[in-house]
Amino acid sequence: MKHLLTTVGLDAAAIAGLLDVADHMSEINSRQVPKVPALRGRTVASVFFEDSTRTRLSFETAAKRLSADTMTFSVSTSSVNKGESLRDTIETLSAMGVDAFVVRHKSSGVPAAVTQWTDAAVINAGDGWHQHPTQALLDAFTITRSFGDGNSMSGRRVAIIGDIKHSRVARSNMDVFVKLGAEVTVVAPSTLLPPGGLPAGVLSAHGIDDVVGSCDVLYMLRMQRERMDSALVPELGEYSARFGLDAARAARLPAHALVMHPGPMNRGVEMLVDPSTLPGSRILAQVTNGVAVRMAVLFTILGGAATGLSQGDA
Amino acid sequence: MNPAATHRETRILDGDDLRRAVTRISHEIVERNQGAGALVVVGIQTGGVWIAELIAANITAIEPAREVALGTVDVSMYRDDLAIRPVVPAAPTDIPCDLTGATVVLVDNVLYTGRTVRAALEALNDHGRPRAVQLAVIVDRGHRELPIRPDYVGKNVPTHMADDVTVGPEGVVISTTMEVSAG
Amino acid sequence: MTVASKKRLVVKGGTVVNPGSVAAADVLIVDGVVTEVGPGLDGDEVLDAAGCHVSSGFVDLHTHLREPGREEAETIETGSRAAAIGGYTAVVAMPNTDPAQDSVMVVEFVREQGRRAGLVDVHPAGCITVGRAGAALAPYAALAGAGVRLFTDDGNGVQDPLLMRRALEYARDLGVTLAQHCEVARLTEGAVMHEGSCCSNMGVPGWPSVAEELMLHRDIELVRLTGAPMHFLHLSTAGSVELVRRAKADGLPVTAEVAPHHLALDHDLLAGWDPVFKVNPPLRTREDIAALKAGIADGTIDAVATDHAPHAAHTKELPLDQAPPGMLGLETALGVLVTAVNPDPRRLCELMSWNPARIAGISDTHGRPVAPGEPANIAVWNAAEVWTVSRDALASRSTNTPYHGMELRGRNIHTIHNGRTVVKNGKALA
Repeated sequence: MKHLLTTVGLDAAAIAGLLDVADHMSEINSRQVPKVPALRGRTVASVFFEDSTRTRLSFETAAKRLSADTMTFSVSTSSVNKGESLRDTIETLSAMGVDAFVVRHKSSGVPAAVTQWTDAAVINAGDGWHQHPTQALLDAFTITRSFGDGNSMSGRRVAIIGDIKHSRVARSNMDVFVKLGAEVTVVAPSTLLPPGGLPAGVLSAHGIDDVVGSCDVLYMLRMQRERMDSALVPELGEYSARFGLDAARAARLPAHALVMHPGPMNRGVEMLVDPSTLPGSRILAQVTNGVAVRMAVLFTILGGAATGLSQGDA
Repeated sequence: MNPAATHRETRILDGDDLRRAVTRISHEIVERNQGAGALVVVGIQTGGVWIAELIAANITAIEPAREVALGTVDVSMYRDDLAIRPVVPAAPTDIPCDLTGATVVLVDNVLYTGRTVRAALEALNDHGRPRAVQLAVIVDRGHRELPIRPDYVGKNVPTHMADDVTVGPEGVVISTTMEVSAG
Repeated sequence: MTVASKKRLVVKGGTVVNPGSVAAADVLIVDGVVTEVGPGLDGDEVLDAAGCHVSSGFVDLHTHLREPGREEAETIETGSRAAAIGGYTAVVAMPNTDPAQDSVMVVEFVREQGRRAGLVDVHPAGCITVGRAGAALAPYAALAGAGVRLFTDDGNGVQDPLLMRRALEYARDLGVTLAQHCEVARLTEGAVMHEGSCCSNMGVPGWPSVAEELMLHRDIELVRLTGAPMHFLHLSTAGSVELVRRAKADGLPVTAEVAPHHLALDHDLLAGWDPVFKVNPPLRTREDIAALKAGIADGTIDAVATDHAPHAAHTKELPLDQAPPGMLGLETALGVLVTAVNPDPRRLCELMSWNPARIAGISDTHGRPVAPGEPANIAVWNAAEVWTVSRDALASRSTNTPYHGMELRGRNIHTIHNGRTVVKNGKALA
């Protein structure tokens, strides 16, 4: 694996391989000194053109626990504000010696574009509405490890609630969950579904009440307030009434069901109940697992054969 | 001149030989560590694990009162050759207790360059500071690249760098591939 | 500048394509005029046309030359050279320049720069509204007086239906034609590519077919109401072809063009995130491509027009959603048309020369028969030559061709503009 730009190129075996490596990382993270020398001498640059403190910190923590050096580039403090082009930014950082770029951008496709300007590995940390592959991997890790299902989600019913159309998390998760065998239902008004249709195997429903009594995983997405301004939903109150998770709905969840959210949560919009009161909440476990899964991705990409070195001396 | 490759397999220990060697090593471990505190037998993933299990069971059989813990260590995060050889980690490390103050017997199937053992020593350190670490291997095939020597050896076997050494419950086999000149 | 001389220029050994006949003949040109068409002609300068068709030069209804304002992408000279290499002897220069072509001063500047380059006739189109802002009508009479025959806000559709009605009524009196870029802007805000499965997988805003078809339908009804002629630019959807087909069946004075890329490329190409495939209207589906080809076959589509849209390299290195839409077309249009559609020679000339000349209002000098007494604007092209497009070998100042590395069949070999050889064996002579 040279880059991680999208989940689309990963088959079930590749996903399972990454989740297995993440088990190693979880073990490391459980130690008193959660640090190994695996990526000593490697440099990981997080290049965030869109603010996301939690994702950036998760990646940087992952890199540091593997002993990689980290470099942080954020737009607010950079020359991008002086008009430097994306290409110049990447070429400049590459010239400093970077082994992997972790890229977040508000435009879909930027991580893929970055690969043409550097020899370093590129990891997509979220691009536009397109993909957020490490989120999907950490969610699959959280679900499979919670249920003790190995690397399979076979037969598990996962409902993803909210703005599917504009969500990179939904796009990545639908892909990964279906590949692992889950039965995925998205729940959203039609204005918030992708206009070209859903991926093969994904079902849809139009209210949270249709799924809450029968799902194994209830995956809540963040509802952006600006969607109201573009006439995609009439008002947030109506959205909450149809799609929000409140105490009454939470009470109808099966006892074993997990409640998940990629964060940051909009309390009072999609989340009308305090998730810490829900026994099935895995929202903090997602954050913990995020570090392990990102370590697995970095290790798998950078721990492999480096270009320019010959095979040999075992 | 037609250079051709010939392949030769030599069984140097059969299954019974191997079990006897492990039993002998187990006795040596008990003898050497009399009066010492907790003993932790740690197999290196993946080839050392089953041997470590055998040794731990033997020690318990020899000295039922003896406190013996069993663990495994995955060294893939500690290798110094990650950039050269891609590594797919096997099962995760499983160390049952804090190693501080314990005597650790590190177990592997074959001792060769010493780099795996070096990585394992570093990995163990992340689980505490053992009083001592001893090394048990079934085969020492030479060609060391680091100042590492085993405390317990099943058999010393001179090999060529190109040879392959396989250790399993059925014994130890050396596979030699040689180019010979015909005619 | 036309250099008239008594030199005898002969195009030898080709097949002459005229509305009435396709026949082997040599063509003799003296003093900018075709003087003889027949066998066994000789002259001072001979262009080898063996294996080639000889026809009236191509006319592009839809060229962005970028001058004035964006000379880093293209100039009238470099764009003219690209056009001549493509077999064009006249181009209609789109008015989305900076400043826009909404005043006599700007259109005269463009025309004069075209004359200076002297490779093709450059006919500036005028704006429908001042500054293409969609608010106030441009001074059509003054612009018509300066020779402008075609008016468009291309790049923008005229959104206001009342303004469009007034524009049609006013233009009708002057005998000029309005050309619409059909796009309901509210339906395409932020759009990057065709709205369909591909855009949904990629997570980018889509450009729905209905945004084109709604405006097309509205304007067909306004043509019915006003009786004014109207030309529809770069139609891209199956629904659009059907709307035009019905309007023509109703006898309405409408004409329509398609761009070569909409006949050859589909929206799945965007999956690689390369902005070179971003264009407006966007690449559509295979079903749309089939419908456009059917429209060409049955005459619903009148013309193939390039929508040649040069962009400086650094702007096409922006993220897909920020990169400007548009692709080069002048040097590849013939090859793409032959490769994708393979029309017979007469239909090809209708699409590339005869009809566009009429729509552009320049059929006195272009799209003429190759016959004695006619102005010598001539293309000599080989419909069988297979060649590989290289973005590094183009005459355009920009390199944003979507066909780089692609093999095309059909290539222009020589171009004669006003009796002068401007392209010989695929190379521009000036």
